[in-house]
Amino acid sequence: MTWRERLRDPTTQRWLRIAVFVAMLGIALWAPFYFTPFRVFQFTRVLIFAIAVLGLGLLTGFNGQISLGHGAFFAIGAYTAAALMEKAGWPFLLVVPVALLITFALGYGVGIPALRLHGLYLALVTLALAVVTPPILKRFSGITGGAMGLNIDIPQAPAWTGLAEDQFLYLLALVAAIAAFALARNLVDSRTGRAMIAIREDELAAETMGVDLARVKTLAFAWSAMYAGLAGVLFTWTIGFVSPESFTITLSISILAALVVGGLGSIWGALLGAAFLVYLPSVADDLNQAAPGIAFGALLIIAMYVFPGGIAGLARRLWGRLLAPPRAPAPATAGASTEEGGEP
Amino acid sequence: MSLLEIDRVGLRFGGIVALDGVSFAVERGQICGLIGPNGAGKTTLFNCVTRHYTPDEGTITYDGRDILTVEPHEVIGLGIARTFQNLGLFELMTVRDNVLVGAHHRMTATNFVTAPLRLPGVRAEERRVRADVDALLDRLDLTAVADRPAQGLPLGTLKRVELARALASQPRLLLLDEPANGLNHAEVEELQDVVLRLREDFDLTVLVVEHHMAFVMSISDAVVCLNFGQEIASGTPDEIRQDPAVIEAYLGPDT
Ligand SMILES: Nc1ncnc2c1ncn2[C@@H]1O[C@H](COP(=O)(O)OP(=O)(O)OP(=O)(O)O)[C@@H](O)[C@H]1O
Ligand SMILES: [Mg+2]
Repeated sequence: MTWRERLRDPTTQRWLRIAVFVAMLGIALWAPFYFTPFRVFQFTRVLIFAIAVLGLGLLTGFNGQISLGHGAFFAIGAYTAAALMEKAGWPFLLVVPVALLITFALGYGVGIPALRLHGLYLALVTLALAVVTPPILKRFSGITGGAMGLNIDIPQAPAWTGLAEDQFLYLLALVAAIAAFALARNLVDSRTGRAMIAIREDELAAETMGVDLARVKTLAFAWSAMYAGLAGVLFTWTIGFVSPESFTITLSISILAALVVGGLGSIWGALLGAAFLVYLPSVADDLNQAAPGIAFGALLIIAMYVFPGGIAGLARRLWGRLLAPPRAPAPATAGASTEEGGEP
Repeated sequence: MSLLEIDRVGLRFGGIVALDGVSFAVERGQICGLIGPNGAGKTTLFNCVTRHYTPDEGTITYDGRDILTVEPHEVIGLGIARTFQNLGLFELMTVRDNVLVGAHHRMTATNFVTAPLRLPGVRAEERRVRADVDALLDRLDLTAVADRPAQGLPLGTLKRVELARALASQPRLLLLDEPANGLNHAEVEELQDVVLRLREDFDLTVLVVEHHMAFVMSISDAVVCLNFGQEIASGTPDEIRQDPAVIEAYLGPDT
């Protein structure tokens, strides 16, 4: 066997995957004890955004429904956590199921009108959702603290763990991210995930094959919104402060941009896109101090050109090239098609 | 009782009468050919049976049941599967995943709650269906391309993928919309064989739309001919071949 053949072997690939996963997990667990609190805080932000990007990926990348309003679900998750912890004095872990439930239900609700909207129209309606979120948050100041926002106590590690605050928050985000990625991977690799992709590819054919379009699309929206909600909860925990200014339209657009850069239709692309989102602004800042926003936008556009399938797509192509035998095998089919019609 | 009964079905699109009181029946185990010039209403009739169109008048009965009462996505659960005239494949999915979608309706243990958690029932179901699908892929000579995306494969291969996807639903009635269109001579001969053997092995009833006369006439037990939405003839292949109305519909009145 050549090394290429050995790499192509399914058992080898399986072991490789496991090895990569274990190595990554090892690095992820070691990182918070090695890097400075500032770095660890950045990693935490990457993990949080990765969850939101992954959620949007399920909806847009796999199911073909665009959303420019995921910042709204992120905000609702964040505010649910903040209000329950600050106003009702709940312990921080208890807010998770409530925030997930609320964002799931809201996502389902938005998924219903979305059934009748496609492409640009869906983009516009969800965009409106992102636009109205900050004013609504300001309006209900009894719960949300209005324009002033809400301060909460950042969750602290139990004393026996000996963890510093940044390490504890990082590990919370890591656990949440691992769960989110594992669940998403299982979903995508199942009958239900195939139905989601089939809808993206051809709704009519999917329906003919027995896919209940309305059910799958609304539930995909609900799951996707719930992921954004989870990211919102983690955001509140780590920042300790929520205000309407944190959840403007920029947030929604950033999540979508990260998804595109990371790679639509790829689970791991979400992590890469989130890293891009967190680190790019500092790169952009160095490039052009006068207008970091413009440099950021330019870098985004360049990234989309350089990696058309996202960073994940690029990695897949390189990996494919590495595995490809020197000569492409002949297509194994029963003969070329001809366009000759069979008219009587 | 016939498996499929079309009874005085009519459907118009604005000013166009696509179907005009069409009535015929497909018997169990039969291969029934549906022919007619372009625009005769053949595909429209398929779309009525799969519930994508609702006829303005008439009834469609499948296995004694009024089909117009079910939702489009429920049709396949009754045992009716189809292929499309212009291919309805999921292009970016692999050949295997395309065929797995055909088994969607019989994977009832997997949903938005059980799938993410990958509960034991989900695994068992997935394993079982994958084994079925691998057997189908093998049978239709698709194993070599199973992990390739559908996009970019030759038309002859794609037609077999669509057939495999329909069969993965374990249908009793198979609707084929121009399965031979675009195939070369050897592929058409092979397809005849495939359809006849699939009928035996899976106890299928087949309704097939086709312009390729040699193909329909050789595999069909009965043939129905439509023209401008009206049924102009029905009978055995031999009767149809000699029917003056059919000849006129295809060749024009003055020949
Ligand atoms: N959705 C639709 N809206 C408007 N007109 C339609 C629609 N579907 C079909 N038609 C019309 O109905 C008539 C029958 O079309 P149909 O596709 O059933 O023909 P066909 O017999 O399948 O023809 P071909 O052999 O070319 O496939 C045509 O005049 C067609 O233009
Ligand atoms: Mg047609």
